[in-house]
Amino acid sequence: MSEAGIRARFRPLFDPAGIIIAGASTHPGKFGFVAAHNVLRHDYRGRVFLTNREGADILGTRSLRSIDEVPEGAADLVFVCTPAAAVPDLLRACARKGVRAAFVSSAGYAEAGPEGRRAQEELAALAAELGILLVGPNGQGVISTPASLCAQIVAPYPPRGRIAVASQSGNFVSSFLNYACATGVGVSRAVSAGNSAATRVGDFLEYFAADPETAVVLTYVEGIDDGRAFYETVRAVTARKPLVLLKGGVTRGGQRAAASHTGALATDDRVFDGVCRQAGATRAATVEEAFEAAAAFVTQPLPAGPGVFVLTTVGGWGVVTADRVVQSPVLELVPLPDDLRAAFDARLPPRWSRNNPADLAGSETRDTVIECLELAVRHPAVHSALLLGLGIQSNQGAMERSGRFYPDHGLERIVAYHERQDRRVATAAVELGRRHGKPVLVASELAATQPDNPGMACLRELGSLAFPSSFRALTALEHLVRYATHRRRRRPEGAPP
Amino acid sequence: MSAAGARRPTRTLSEHESKRRLAAHGIPIAPERLAATPDEAARAARELGFPVAVKLCGAGLAHKTERGLVRLGIADEAGARAAAVDLLAAARPADGAEGVLVARMVRGTRELIAGCVEDPTFGRCVMLGIGGVLAEALGDVTFRLVPLARADAEDMLDDLRHRRLLDAFRGEPAVDRARLVDVLVGLGDLVAGDPGVVAVDVNPLIVVDGVPTAVDALVEVAADV
Repeated sequence: MSEAGIRARFRPLFDPAGIIIAGASTHPGKFGFVAAHNVLRHDYRGRVFLTNREGADILGTRSLRSIDEVPEGAADLVFVCTPAAAVPDLLRACARKGVRAAFVSSAGYAEAGPEGRRAQEELAALAAELGILLVGPNGQGVISTPASLCAQIVAPYPPRGRIAVASQSGNFVSSFLNYACATGVGVSRAVSAGNSAATRVGDFLEYFAADPETAVVLTYVEGIDDGRAFYETVRAVTARKPLVLLKGGVTRGGQRAAASHTGALATDDRVFDGVCRQAGATRAATVEEAFEAAAAFVTQPLPAGPGVFVLTTVGGWGVVTADRVVQSPVLELVPLPDDLRAAFDARLPPRWSRNNPADLAGSETRDTVIECLELAVRHPAVHSALLLGLGIQSNQGAMERSGRFYPDHGLERIVAYHERQDRRVATAAVELGRRHGKPVLVASELAATQPDNPGMACLRELGSLAFPSSFRALTALEHLVRYATHRRRRRPEGAPP
Repeated sequence: MSAAGARRPTRTLSEHESKRRLAAHGIPIAPERLAATPDEAARAARELGFPVAVKLCGAGLAHKTERGLVRLGIADEAGARAAAVDLLAAARPADGAEGVLVARMVRGTRELIAGCVEDPTFGRCVMLGIGGVLAEALGDVTFRLVPLARADAEDMLDDLRHRRLLDAFRGEPAVDRARLVDVLVGLGDLVAGDPGVVAVDVNPLIVVDGVPTAVDALVEVAADV
């Protein structure tokens, strides 16, 4: 299918002109209530129709007793919360009204045994016959921030952004969206595929590749039926955009009896890992790694190579971080170039580490951190930089501000100065990365322990991500380097870098 | 999943035939001759130069070493002849013995393993790993789907956790990366060009003066091919 064709196919799901919540409920404990609440609460920008057998008033909206009362052509998406048995007739009625997509949250299908499996197959066949894009059943919902659409049976609703999420499991959608809310790194679309009766994760990935609102794709997969098709889809996506993949379980093949060592060494997960790398997807081991990798892809430029420079305002952090870089299979700790050492020498007292990691040893004056960071970032040997130590002074400031000596004894002035400084450094980190086209990551446990710290808050306000540890920052950076290497090795000859 | 776990019935090709297939795709092979008689074995050994290895060669011989059908480090013609006599006498009907394989012994500290497997979910894959006696304990292997681009093969080299073994090592030069990439691409081509090939096992792939060289090989094809 052409890109325009793919976009047209998914438009009723992600950018509907109107939505019907079928099976809306007055009972706040029911999914039919929650779905209606979430759509209304987030001011979906199209028309909303609720259906309810009694025609009850729900959250101030009068519901309709039947689909027949929906004006023709007014809604192109139906969000289904009715019992499974009612769904086929519902879909037929919706099709007559011009509905082109159905998200079925109802359970009682393939997950419930052989009878449910049969019902699911019939549902898929019916949807195909009606020309309705069927998502689910047994799915959690769909999010589309450009349309202010929060059609799902659980929280949260993320800030608008450019990460798209497709998941074989709804709770991972929630996890990723929770991280989006906490970090401010937003989401374009998110969908849980439920039982994937007709539309699979791979179909959503294909759409995300074609979707102009999406810059990075994040996906959770479990079983893969057609490995070759999945590989081709992922490869097509990564030719356009980064794709971060989290996988649960192993493929169902198990280990084969084989006459060869090669066969004995071919466990499913290793094969899957190779397939991901060949397809250009970067694979995450944990849910937080997956989100942070995706967040790094949307907030940072791709690095031109593996060389990392670590700048820290104080001691031990730089040492453990450097150890982690050295142990990385894809990152390299840049040997400190002589000219950079000389430039640092000219600005710092002799107690600085004179090495990479550059430990400024608390010797900074008003502008040294920013100046040194800029010297490092613009150096051709440095492909990316990691800054540690942001927010320390504001943390002290927070203690002073909350104590009984504040604002006297000069505390008001010094706290304000430190907070201003942390904001200046955070701003410089973001601006330097953008100006020089290199990743400049910032890591501090304050991102988790004190998110309102001015350094951390400033990064968030600027749309950047403060990593909660240097290891997590480096893990995200590994995703960037892997993807950049993948793209570089496959660049057509003569193409610009 | 359609053909999950349903491995096709296969038969193996002889070592000589397996290597002939590899060589046809540019994979370096240690010089060898197939000899039908002890006299031919002795002559082959003289022509190849000593020391040589002598192995029973047949389509039914997937596990020669376990049955003691491999003689290594033979230093002269008499030894080659005697080994051939022994091995031909040890052959069983099911071995499909076509003679003995006389091969020049190659020297190299580093052993790799390469090959191809058919994964039930993803289909046929090329594999590269660290070989030798520690291969299974290390489990340092990497896979790519067939067909394989050069960039994919280059990535495979970088995937190995013990990739420093590919650098200069104990007085031996670094592995010629381009030649190793050639081996992997060649394996991919071999498999891609023949749907009947189910598995290939190149073990060991010894690094000889930097050149990865197939010392033993086993090709499995679908039984009905």
